[in-house]
Amino acid sequence: MSERLHLPLAGTPFGSSPSFAELVRRERPDALPVALREPAPFPVPHGTTVLGLKFADGMLMAGDRRATAGNLIADAKMRKVFPADDYSAIAIAGVAGQAIEMVKLFQLELEHYEKITGDRLSLEGKANRLAQMIRGNFPLAMQGLIVVPLFGGYDHRRGEGRIFYYDATGGRWEEDDYQATGSGSQPAKNSLKKRWKSGLQRDEALQVAVEALIDAAEDDSATGGPDTARGIWPVVVAVTESGAMDVPEDEVSAAVDAVLAARGGSS
Amino acid sequence: MSFMPYVAPEQMMKDRSDYAHKGIARGRSVVGLEYADGLLFLAENASSTLHKISEVYDQILFAGVGKYSEFEELRIAGIRLADLRGYQYGREDVKARDLANAYSQALSSIFTQQMKPYEIELLVGEVDGDQNGTSIYHVLFDGSVSDEQGFVAMGGHAEELTDALKDRYEPGWDLATSVRTAVKTLATVPETRDVPAEQIEAGVLDRTKTHRRKFRRLERADIEAALAS
Repeated sequence: MSERLHLPLAGTPFGSSPSFAELVRRERPDALPVALREPAPFPVPHGTTVLGLKFADGMLMAGDRRATAGNLIADAKMRKVFPADDYSAIAIAGVAGQAIEMVKLFQLELEHYEKITGDRLSLEGKANRLAQMIRGNFPLAMQGLIVVPLFGGYDHRRGEGRIFYYDATGGRWEEDDYQATGSGSQPAKNSLKKRWKSGLQRDEALQVAVEALIDAAEDDSATGGPDTARGIWPVVVAVTESGAMDVPEDEVSAAVDAVLAARGGSS
Repeated sequence: MSFMPYVAPEQMMKDRSDYAHKGIARGRSVVGLEYADGLLFLAENASSTLHKISEVYDQILFAGVGKYSEFEELRIAGIRLADLRGYQYGREDVKARDLANAYSQALSSIFTQQMKPYEIELLVGEVDGDQNGTSIYHVLFDGSVSDEQGFVAMGGHAEELTDALKDRYEPGWDLATSVRTAVKTLATVPETRDVPAEQIEAGVLDRTKTHRRKFRRLERADIEAALAS
């Protein structure tokens, strides 16, 4: 075992940092992605459309499954929506390799904090921490390796679901009702604008989310629609007071079927 | 120029060892038990917030006795080691044995090189997916490690507790029976007495949990229910 435990010596900073990102940067900087001197000379996979919306019991996040590299489809089954911890979820659009790494780091950041302090971060604290991590990614964003996540979860202090939206510089905005990001975000938002209303039930919210993704896929070539023949469905994560969970695939496929049926079977 | 008086190495080690023993003996004990669905660590703890038992990783559990500041420092170091290892390699590559070895190395060098030894003992437990995959490592203040089977006790009255558990322990107990037995056993030292549920801290690695993080802290209500059953 090459690692040694680091025991505090006189003169070390006061208190132990509960941040995993700081720990990796200090102990294993080589494990983190680094900025190159110039932009990547070849097309790298991009994740496309993800969205989040509030409903009566919390909030829900959904994403299509396509990743594109230039004009090619790099992956038809990519997952872009993840539970961040037991009570929050993160969805990513942008450069896939970078984004998946950021999700992994963010999940560990929350878990590490929880284990070290014996307490969960507040939702506000989690949202702020993510903004700092995106800011840390800024040198890479300048090379075109942009990652723009959505973050949301259930705030136990307020008793409601909340959604946060970020830009590549680490700017953070809280959304009141819904938000979408990625290449198909404009058609998705147009769809959400028409369909979303306050106080949706979970099944209604699921249908609104799925419909927005189908609309995005119709208008944006980089967004993948549900593939009924091969059984590729959007990934949906719902967060309520009782926790974050993947919405089961059969529920998602039923919602897709309902939307397609309402459109006369065409997608 | 000043000269240190000569102290024989045997004497020096014995003095340090006595010092550490005395420190540990002042504190309450921790009991570890394998049960049907996993691993239970249970401690007598007057505080409900300053924990002796903690989650380290998905399938790894930690307990410390003795001086709080010292085992807390090693608890945090262990979580850091585990999280870094899991990030750099894979989550399944984080093993209790590696952690026990790291603790052993750290405590051993503290014991021989620092002014005063740490007055602590640690337990590192692990469950695996399959039924037989439970391991418990017991690390002492001087860095010695032992691999325990089924049950273990550490702290002030470890010997009496181990003897008592030897007579009582049966593999395959359910959680409630394990909690009840652990509490009853703790209540026999230093003399037979009553240990109320609010003085009990307990954490389990529960194999039946579908989540990858198998740790669960038992709530007061869980402990009361187990004691009443």
